[in-house]
Amino acid sequence: MNVVRLAFAYARRRPLATVFNIALLAVGVATITLVILLSRELEQRLAREATGIDLVVGAKGSPLQLVLAGVYHADVPPGNVPLAAVEELARNPLVQQVIPLALGDSYRGFRIVGTEPAFVAHYGASLAQGSGWSRPMEAVLGSDVARASGLAVGTTFAGSHGLAEGGGDHGETPYRVVGILAPTGRVIDRLVLTGIDSVWRVHAHEDADAEHADADHDHAATSDRAQPSAARATGHAPVREVTLALVRYKSPLAAASLPRTINAETVLQAASPPYESARLFTVFGVGTEVVRGFALLLIGASAFGLFVALAQALDERRYDLAIMRVLGARRSTIVAVLLLESVLLAATGLVLGLGLAHGLAAGIGAWLPAAAPLAAGARVWQPEEWGVVALALGAGIIATLLPAWRAYRLDVAATLAEG
Amino acid sequence: MFALIGIEHRYGAATVLRIDEWRAAEGEHWLLAGPSGSGKTTLLHILAGLTTPTIGTVVVGGTDLGTLKGSARDRWRGRTVGLVPQRLHLVGALDVRDNLRLAQFLAGVPDDPERVRELLAAVGVGDLANRYPRELSQGQAQRVAIARSVINRPALVLADEPTANLDDAHAAGALELLRAQAIANGATLVVASHDARVRPLLPRAFALPPRPAVAARDGIAA
Repeated sequence: MNVVRLAFAYARRRPLATVFNIALLAVGVATITLVILLSRELEQRLAREATGIDLVVGAKGSPLQLVLAGVYHADVPPGNVPLAAVEELARNPLVQQVIPLALGDSYRGFRIVGTEPAFVAHYGASLAQGSGWSRPMEAVLGSDVARASGLAVGTTFAGSHGLAEGGGDHGETPYRVVGILAPTGRVIDRLVLTGIDSVWRVHAHEDADAEHADADHDHAATSDRAQPSAARATGHAPVREVTLALVRYKSPLAAASLPRTINAETVLQAASPPYESARLFTVFGVGTEVVRGFALLLIGASAFGLFVALAQALDERRYDLAIMRVLGARRSTIVAVLLLESVLLAATGLVLGLGLAHGLAAGIGAWLPAAAPLAAGARVWQPEEWGVVALALGAGIIATLLPAWRAYRLDVAATLAEG
Repeated sequence: MFALIGIEHRYGAATVLRIDEWRAAEGEHWLLAGPSGSGKTTLLHILAGLTTPTIGTVVVGGTDLGTLKGSARDRWRGRTVGLVPQRLHLVGALDVRDNLRLAQFLAGVPDDPERVRELLAAVGVGDLANRYPRELSQGQAQRVAIARSVINRPALVLADEPTANLDDAHAAGALELLRAQAIANGATLVVASHDARVRPLLPRAFALPPRPAVAARDGIAA
């Protein structure tokens, strides 16, 4: 016999209340932990994607949009800019590297990115099969794209217009797969890479077509594509445009002046990925705060349930407590039994809740395919989870304080006499 | 074995108990007699160190209870006194065996399953070790409560109205068991009872007068 056995015996005695309180606490703990796991993983992924990109430059418009389109490949870009402006920026002494990107088409929802081989090097990706692109209309697939599409080296595919699925096909200018990249865990896994000239060629062809026949989509209204606007007017000698470019500074000092210079003196707009993602986080941070608040409410409710159960049980149990004092139990032993009982319940709810949260995070891809990459967060123990541990156990202890105090003050002789 | 000297106990202004002197030698079996409300239970609680009298000296087994405070008194009680309360108060969350082991644990006595088994057999409930208190008859529960009171071989066993709800045969049996267990464990026995059937079953008696305050009120009423 010991205090733990005794606490278990009492918990077993009220199975319904016990299970209810444990479940309530577990749900609260799971909710708050899931929010922590997913938002931390998201934050880390966002930071990881932006590693090595000091600045994104593109058309004037929303800087957040520019970062979303250029770093996370999650939004449409604001528009196109002349390649010359980007090349001009590359000559700036504060700039170490500029990687231009031409966006506009996709294949089965995966974006086709016209760029330079430096893009692949930037993400530290290596070829798993085949070779890099060297001629127009050659494409290299990110590992996720290759797996999802089943395309192998040597096969061909047609890009579709626009960044989402369901755009018109560019059937007359197919791409040929020349290489497949090894997985990196970064956004490049979900991209189709090709030379910038390929993107130009696809659209030049299209535009030439469009002059003869009715186009199935309106080019003038689509700003999300690197298309040679001059080609529309003349049918030849296109002005060479790109969508945006990833910039790396030569020294951190560039951060102080370069963005301002770019914004003030060129047709380009500069956006800082860390700054824009921080801004983004404050926006949907409100959402996670609401969920956290709800989870705190659940934990508070379970603490209150625990308190009610203990306070009620104490009315029935004061004879037990009195006889325990007769049998030699100190006041502190009585308090320890009550405290341990609710801490055991809280700990059970805590462990179940943490397990549930990590399990749900691991399986999140099954019910939220878009969030599948966040499943990696399930394997990580976030330091904030210690806060959840303290919160749950603290709730258990606080719920016991009043009943424990009453038990401490119990008048043994009077209780035995009344019974 | 114990001595109560110049005891007076009050609740507020009312004196509920007054004893000039009561001494018992080791191993003696006593009846604590007196009508309802005369303070028998209070006196048992004083002997058990659960209640401290307003005035007077209580010495049990050579220890002056006035010198024992807090957890030292709890520890002393667990090892020195065995109490069979009128309502028995077995712990409902535990089975019979664990009720006895709880008494060992709380008194700080090492867990001794063999002792538990032997004792349950000795009081005639050896086959009920896995039962819970709600599954026991009144007589069986009382046997378990008696076993619990002597599990730690206390020097003093106190029983409060042990025959209250029993018929004649069972009343005699309960007294027999209490006396046998007191002897087996070398304990002094005090049985508080207003039951006339108990008087002939115990060799010594200490009678409490009716409650002083009650007597005074009756006096006024008369």
